[in-house]
Amino acid sequence: MSKNLSPVTPQSNMPVAPTINQAGKKGKQPKRSPGEKNGWQRLKNQKALLLMSLPFVIWLIVFRYLPVFGWTMAFQDYQPQNSFFEQSWVGLKHFRDLFNEPTFYRALENTIGMGILGLVFGTLAAITFALLLNEMRFTKFKKLTQTVSYLPHFVSWVIVANIVTTMLSISGPVNNLLTSIGLVDSPINFMARPGMFWGVVTAAEVWKSTGWNAIIYFAAMAGTDPQLYEAAKVDGASRWRQMWHITLPSIRPVIIVLLILNIGNLINIGFEKQMLLGNNIVSERALVIDLYALNYGIGMFRYSFGTAIGIFKSVISVILIVIANSVAKKVGEGRVF
Amino acid sequence: MKKRRITVFDIVLLILMIGIIIVTLYPFLNILAISLNDATDTARGGLHIYPRQFTWANYQEIFGGRNNLWSAFGMSVLRTVVGTVTGIIASTMLAYTLSRRDFIFNVPISIILVITMFVSGGLIPEYMLIRELGLMNNFLVYILPLLLSAFNVIVIRSFMDGIPIALTESAKMDGANDFTIFWKIIIPLSLPVVATISLFLAVQQWNSWFDTYLYARGNANLSTLQFELMKILDNTNIQSGDVTSANAEIIAGQTNPQSIQMAITIIATVPILLVYPFLQRYFVTGLTLGAVKT
Repeated sequence: MSKNLSPVTPQSNMPVAPTINQAGKKGKQPKRSPGEKNGWQRLKNQKALLLMSLPFVIWLIVFRYLPVFGWTMAFQDYQPQNSFFEQSWVGLKHFRDLFNEPTFYRALENTIGMGILGLVFGTLAAITFALLLNEMRFTKFKKLTQTVSYLPHFVSWVIVANIVTTMLSISGPVNNLLTSIGLVDSPINFMARPGMFWGVVTAAEVWKSTGWNAIIYFAAMAGTDPQLYEAAKVDGASRWRQMWHITLPSIRPVIIVLLILNIGNLINIGFEKQMLLGNNIVSERALVIDLYALNYGIGMFRYSFGTAIGIFKSVISVILIVIANSVAKKVGEGRVF
Repeated sequence: MKKRRITVFDIVLLILMIGIIIVTLYPFLNILAISLNDATDTARGGLHIYPRQFTWANYQEIFGGRNNLWSAFGMSVLRTVVGTVTGIIASTMLAYTLSRRDFIFNVPISIILVITMFVSGGLIPEYMLIRELGLMNNFLVYILPLLLSAFNVIVIRSFMDGIPIALTESAKMDGANDFTIFWKIIIPLSLPVVATISLFLAVQQWNSWFDTYLYARGNANLSTLQFELMKILDNTNIQSGDVTSANAEIIAGQTNPQSIQMAITIIATVPILLVYPFLQRYFVTGLTLGAVKT
């Protein structure tokens, strides 16, 4: 699998048009093919290509690079009405403020907490589902299950939040089920229990993305050498043992690579779920870093402070991915970088 | 070769899978049932996957009554159509220039593009940018920031890399310019990837709500279906959280908000279901293409 993930770079073996080849070589005297003599001529000939790419390069610079330049706001007392040169520079003041704020630590705790829960249960659910699907014998039914399982991935978090609140409401199906089988005496108000909020978010996440996340594991399992199973069968290995000793080890590189990537994103869990599922009662457990940045940075017009939060998040993300990557390297597994 | 026997293991597996299908589909069916059921009857509870007292009233309420959602629905459709068309044109154009190895700026533009996959300014700087550009409460705020994504461009480019260069060469011999080659040869040959990315773009546009919340709240005409749904959800969250709220009684005094909420949820879901068979068919191509090249 890891071999499939790193193809030959297309540049190295792409057939290049012969005329261009000649123009590109500088030292050699090119044959006189009109219009291909030098870079300037080439540029002229590629007017159309230039016109087709230039607007989007400008777009990239404006919409993707300018916001990065906006990081300077974190080191200023940014006033929107002033120009860049009129801003007062304050060094690390906003970062100091940030680290002195108790709310920040709560937001950090919530982010990491829900991030870890999502990572652990999300990965486990996806691998388990892929394993089970891989073992299915009834081909048509297998296809159907897979098709159905992707569906929640394509609906928005707004819809999922609606579904979750409906399912978990006091008179909703989940409470009906729990009371009718006698697991609880009285219905639980899931959405109004701060202690349950992380669990609700994780469950929603697992419901929404397990089918989708399982695709990559499922695809990796399809690449397992069938001879291994044949050999195991000859040795009398049960289906369980085959799953455990053949299928799982064969997708280990994929699991490791995805884990590293996901650990790097541990802090980038976003805010959609928390914002849509949260309410005043559970807010102490729902406040994540992005929501915090949103509330302070935009809600209270503390732009510089909000930007500092964003920078902190990026730095942590880079640190996490470097750590995960080096751990994977130490235990002798494939690395991402 | 002997035929495999169906064992207990297979039966258990089958039951588990049926369980997964039920867990995935039941919520949708339950919501559909509530949306098609009489609101006062729904309050009695115990509704499952089919309505007890069938009625279109909840849908009529949405599109006829006080909560006129035609405008939000129209805006959702408009941003999806315009956003998908502009997005796919932008992505394929840029991807084509990058698939041309002889293009003089190929390498620098590729670098500029790929860096954006790893670096982002974050929430607040992006907000400030939109403000500075005067896009607040402007329809373009739905289109411009979502115009390109490096990932999509790379997926399209790697598909275009597979198109034989001889086709381009012979067209050039016949005197076609680069734009004609792009439009007449490359695009028709790239239809599978164009379909995949278009579907992704359309789903993304249709499902967006946060840009409305952050950038277009001040202009009621720009409200979308997802945003209207989000507002209702926000209201019910406040209700379920705050029992003593006087607000809750006022809202409850109107038609049963749950039925309305469910009807809007269904309307926001149906378009996804309509394109789902196509999504199904194409997205695996898109996924594997992406996996190979990144």
